[in-house]
Amino acid sequence: MNIKALLVDGDPLIYGAMVSIGLVTVAILFLLTYFKKWGWLWREWLTTVDHKKIGIMYILSALVMLFRGGMDAMMMRVQLAFPDLGFLDSQHYNEIFTTHGTIMIIFMAMPFLIGLMNIIVPLQIGARDFAFPYLNALSFWAFFMGAMLFNISFVIGGSPDAGWTSYTPLSGAAMSPGPGQNFYLMGLQLSGIGTLATGINLMVTILKMRAPGMKLFHMPIFTWSTLVTSFIIVFAFPILTIALALLTIDRIFGSQFFTLTGEGLPMMWANLFWMWGHPEVYIVILPAFGIFSEVIATFAKKRLFGYSAMVWSMIIIALLSFLVWVHHFFTMGAGAFVNSVFSVSTMLIAVPTGVKIFNWLATLYKSKIEFSVAMLWALAFIPSFILGGVTGVMLGMAAADFQFHNSYFLIAHFHYVLIAGTVFACFAGLVYWYPKMFGHKMNERIGKWAFWFFVIGFHVCFFPQYFLGLDGMPRRLFITNVVEWLPLNVISTVGAFGMGIGFAIFVYNVYYSYRHSERETTGDSWNGNGRTLEWATTTPVPYYNFATVPHVDEIDPYVRMKKEGKTTFDEPNVKPIHMPSYTGRPFIMMAFLGLASFGLVFEWIWLAIVGLIGGIIFMILRTYDYDEGYYVSVEEIKRTERKARGL
Amino acid sequence: MSEEVKTTGPLEYRTNEGQMTILGFWIFLGAEVVLFSTLFATYAVLFGRTADAPTPAELFEPGTVLIMTFLLLTSSFTCGLAVHEMRRGSVKGLTRWMLVTLVLGLGFLGFEIYEFIHYAHEGATIQSSAYWSGFFILAGTHGLHVTLGIGWAFALLHQISKRGITNVTSRKFFIISLYWHFLDVIWIFIFTSVYLIGMVL
Ligand code: HEM
Ligand SMILES: [Cu+2]
Repeated sequence: MNIKALLVDGDPLIYGAMVSIGLVTVAILFLLTYFKKWGWLWREWLTTVDHKKIGIMYILSALVMLFRGGMDAMMMRVQLAFPDLGFLDSQHYNEIFTTHGTIMIIFMAMPFLIGLMNIIVPLQIGARDFAFPYLNALSFWAFFMGAMLFNISFVIGGSPDAGWTSYTPLSGAAMSPGPGQNFYLMGLQLSGIGTLATGINLMVTILKMRAPGMKLFHMPIFTWSTLVTSFIIVFAFPILTIALALLTIDRIFGSQFFTLTGEGLPMMWANLFWMWGHPEVYIVILPAFGIFSEVIATFAKKRLFGYSAMVWSMIIIALLSFLVWVHHFFTMGAGAFVNSVFSVSTMLIAVPTGVKIFNWLATLYKSKIEFSVAMLWALAFIPSFILGGVTGVMLGMAAADFQFHNSYFLIAHFHYVLIAGTVFACFAGLVYWYPKMFGHKMNERIGKWAFWFFVIGFHVCFFPQYFLGLDGMPRRLFITNVVEWLPLNVISTVGAFGMGIGFAIFVYNVYYSYRHSERETTGDSWNGNGRTLEWATTTPVPYYNFATVPHVDEIDPYVRMKKEGKTTFDEPNVKPIHMPSYTGRPFIMMAFLGLASFGLVFEWIWLAIVGLIGGIIFMILRTYDYDEGYYVSVEEIKRTERKARGL
Repeated sequence: MSEEVKTTGPLEYRTNEGQMTILGFWIFLGAEVVLFSTLFATYAVLFGRTADAPTPAELFEPGTVLIMTFLLLTSSFTCGLAVHEMRRGSVKGLTRWMLVTLVLGLGFLGFEIYEFIHYAHEGATIQSSAYWSGFFILAGTHGLHVTLGIGWAFALLHQISKRGITNVTSRKFFIISLYWHFLDVIWIFIFTSVYLIGMVL
């Protein structure tokens, strides 16, 4: 196959995208060379094992993916508002909704949250880093290579076009030949393995590296949500691993798991996919709950109401999340009994979720709320998410779902939970912890503009979709010239552009704040209202995090520390700190596995084998790796802390 | 937060890092349980869907499978002996028993490969029907795990021969022993729910 046959052609939109990708790549290469930043890039970022830097890389990648997924969304909305314009053809539309969904869930929502976990969780529990920093770097690069692989599909080889759920038999070799679907399979596989490793890593970190005295029920609620999420990851992701592997083997090596021939069972895919897929939606919502809890407690200046109820409701949600997957295909015909069972289990989830809502409201009740931008996102979340949850319960009634299923009602439901839940939380968390990451806040005035554009745009975009759904408009449809649907579709598109503007303002704010925001002088950035240990560190956080780890025996330990004048720099008790060494191996190893995946996408087995051998060599190197890291000397710690604390 | 090293208890648990790595590996095994459960579930769902290919009852041979089971179960036992020697601090004993373990493991693999080739000759391949896809992928994933385990164990034996039994090498060796026992447990399930049931039904 030559290069010409590889590149996707025939469409001006794609040519435009190719040219812009080419230009951006050249620009980046030029800037790196011109400013002599290659060494810096390698030494400070590509080889890092520091959880804070890895977290920042996750968040940056997630923002880029949010942009890419957002462009897809805009194109779909343009098509739906002006169906007669012929802006997209059906094939192109199929590809775009597929990449939009996949990117938003796998390459945007999850990495964004995992990025925040990376940065914040060790700081909240008083740890030096993750339990396994090397593995953490591997996870990041696995995600990164997976994301890149998935994203190049639209210029090389062609994008997947069977929906983010990739149902068989449509996604099988017989009906979707060519590399498109393989990009989906390999991109998700690679990043999924990284996610699984992160889940294990976070679990061990939280279980084993807490500050002395900190019991599980003293942990900050975001850390709790991370622990519960890791649990879901560890038990759900292997199912995805297998589902993807089986479909890959079906497509490339001709097995018959999901085929229509050889007595294969296409419906098994839907089961496997959603046995992972439903827990997955809780993987992206529980950390969001955690973030909102932190933000609400800080800006209501009160301890979170009903801490243990919050924790237990998360645990119950996590368990239930494994027992509801059939609600995604009530219409597949499993029978009245099965549907009823899953209908009940689905509606049960609303109970612990409701408990959480009431706890947030009770925290706010009679408190002195400070309407900072982070808090605004949290406040907007509560009513919006309720709309999503209530319609979820409506979908959960199996009989009614026959009407709602695969209509715009469903689309509106999951955007109300995913955007008002996960995306608002990502923004709230980023704004809230921004000073910890970069040493300055994001500008509040511009932040409010971004907030209002995005939130109003969101409701204008998705609220009409409930009614479009009730009017019978199916999802994944590229021609909608049914006259009754048109007005609401146009309104929806207007809202989508409102969100786009909000996002643009948000990104501009990153730049503006970098240039103009005041630099932080204290670690406790939000008017001294910090409650948990991350605010006890200096800003920017020294690479070893804590000079000395305080003894913790309560929830919100930093409140009392401040009263008693204690800090994380107990000078007489400073000891040398053990740190892991930086290494470029995780990056190189994942680049090899990325190459292997690329080979499999095009079914060039020789290339896959070359990449795999490279990966295995790096695994062998790893087992022979006896690097024990290094110690930060007491003098250096004292010097750093004295300077940062102005002593 | 400097590394504190205990002076009592099994070597592999003496450092904080050792404890964390072992806990991490247990969690990883939890994920592996889910992984194999998913494969068992797909296998069970596809049971009987042999299309035009032979049925398992026609092909499965009790003899080969019994030998394989015997080899793998014994290897788990000798692996336990190797860990026992490690606790006694004997590099020689550890190496000897682990080599026996690996030879048994290689024997198991040999039989498995022979078995697969034999089935393929009889017209049952990964492509011939949904049932056989399920069978080959389930058994094959287990076989692949065994293969990786053997390679990994050789690398560890080499390291132990150079470095002796330390906090780090003992932790690594303990972990591979967990892995090996885990594969044995999985095999017991394959033996009963795939081969025994397949021969009867
Ligand atoms: C009260 C809680 C919830 C209930 C009762 C619920 C119920 C449902 C039901 C029954 C469906 C399937 C409808 C159909 O296909 O006809 C569905 C779809 C979906 N839900 Fe929810 N849900 C809830 C919360 C959430 C949350 C918190 C998220 C994510 C953050 C979420 C994300 C999704 C997604 C992504 C889909 C559709 C996926 C697709 O078909 O492409 N849901 N929900
Ligand atoms: Cu669901």
